[in-house]
Amino acid sequence: MTESLWQNLWTGYVFPGGLILVHILMLLVPLLVAVAYLTLMERKVLAAMSLRMGPNVVGPFGLLQPLADAGKLIFKETIIPSGANKFLFLAAPCITFILAMIAWAVIPVADGWVISNLNVGVLYLFAISSLGVYGIIIAGWSSNSRYAFLGALRSSAQMVSYEVSMGLVIITVLLCVGSLNLSAIVNAQKTVWFAIPLFPMFIVFFISALAETNRHPFDLPEAEAELVAGYQVEYSSMAFALFFLGEYANMILMSGMTTILFLGGWLPPMDIAPFNWIPGVVWFCLKIFVLLFVFIWVRATVPRYRYDQLMRLGWKVFLPFSLLWVVLTAGVLLAFDLLPKGV
Amino acid sequence: MIIQALAFYLFAAITVASGFMVIASRNPVHSVLFLILAFFNAAGLFVLMGAEFLGMLLVIVYVGAVAVLFLFVVMMLDINFVELRQGFLQYLPVGGMIGIVLLIELAMVLGGWVVAPEARSVAADPIPALDKVTNTHALGAVLYTKYIYLFQGAGLILLVAMIGAIVLTLRSRPGVKRQSISEQVNRPREDAVAIRKVEPRKGI
Repeated sequence: MTESLWQNLWTGYVFPGGLILVHILMLLVPLLVAVAYLTLMERKVLAAMSLRMGPNVVGPFGLLQPLADAGKLIFKETIIPSGANKFLFLAAPCITFILAMIAWAVIPVADGWVISNLNVGVLYLFAISSLGVYGIIIAGWSSNSRYAFLGALRSSAQMVSYEVSMGLVIITVLLCVGSLNLSAIVNAQKTVWFAIPLFPMFIVFFISALAETNRHPFDLPEAEAELVAGYQVEYSSMAFALFFLGEYANMILMSGMTTILFLGGWLPPMDIAPFNWIPGVVWFCLKIFVLLFVFIWVRATVPRYRYDQLMRLGWKVFLPFSLLWVVLTAGVLLAFDLLPKGV
Repeated sequence: MIIQALAFYLFAAITVASGFMVIASRNPVHSVLFLILAFFNAAGLFVLMGAEFLGMLLVIVYVGAVAVLFLFVVMMLDINFVELRQGFLQYLPVGGMIGIVLLIELAMVLGGWVVAPEARSVAADPIPALDKVTNTHALGAVLYTKYIYLFQGAGLILLVAMIGAIVLTLRSRPGVKRQSISEQVNRPREDAVAIRKVEPRKGI
């Protein structure tokens, strides 16, 4: 009796729980290493684009620079402003970091390599990315500082605005797939990547992703020239590092989302000999890498938008345009009888 | 099953506790944050019931959009807490009366509750297994066929509300400088640039 109970506990809870834990570690450890080296890549690429050397002192070619940065941030003192709400002040960076990590639970990095194959995977991703605004707005409010609060207000208005057009872009993709499951979305692109038939939506999604992650040219929340660093201004040491890690993990996440929705996820560009020898996870990482390079490239070349221009672009250009494309795509699919059936 | 029961009690307890804290906490910003926590746990309860679509929608719509606007408004409010508490006893009789009236109404509604005879037969229908029909398909199948007029009606009401809010807040002030991007882009070169040959030591 007791033996079978222990066996149940092992097969029912301990073993699957441990397996999931191992899966999570296998995803998160490479992710955090990627985040660390994304900061180095950003500095190197920016330096190359403005004819500088970039970090080159710590380790060969500056390869140990992220570790040095992490060590520096860990050993600094966490300063909490006297007027701040202590609990919320420390909760805000944790929220940002946790949200950036848990979104990866549904991302399929290769065929079947996913922690949780949710039926509503796209909605889960959308929900988590819409929660990202809380980390910023709570940080801005609890710092009890004007710069931080202004940055938080700007950021939340921006993120809420661009989410609307992102939602419509996702709807156009879902119309072509007929499922909310991320693996099904990738498998639907076996004949052609959605970036080709839905090219304008791909561009709109990528620009919205830039705005959603508060990256250049939409980095008004932390515009260092006017707001000194926006919502992060009162943060130091690990609290700041958590914001930083969350932001870069979000960049990788948004690139991953773009890859899954438009660039065929883990699928090779053509299903012929030299391409399909390479495992899917390599293709997935390669596509993310290219998109991240574009993120940095945009930062090096495009000047910052003014705030009213940003709002105009979101509400008056992207929203009507993507709405039009939803109707157009639905119309074309219906007229030529291409709607996905029986999923 | 034990884990699911534990998760249910966890989510339910946090939902009720944070619902209580929404009205009990003194700082309105904390109230809104507790409201968000309550929404979140309600979404967790939906997922436990197997209604993952509704759970995700709850998070996207209420937590991701509605509560952000709440938080915006509440953070901007300049409330004097001392003044607020002074008026408490003054408003207590009126507020208490309203509360009692609502309580009696609720009791009457619940007392006269009769389960419709059709509902019992609907509930007795076998529910298809979760791996055969997903939530999203099941909802779409009834929402866009049987309830299409109600669905469109709800959409129209929301549209009217949205237009109403815009009309109420839109002010057209004269003399405001606005950027007209099409005008900027369509400006001919002659208006913007003039090329002159400047003689040395003469100037223009």
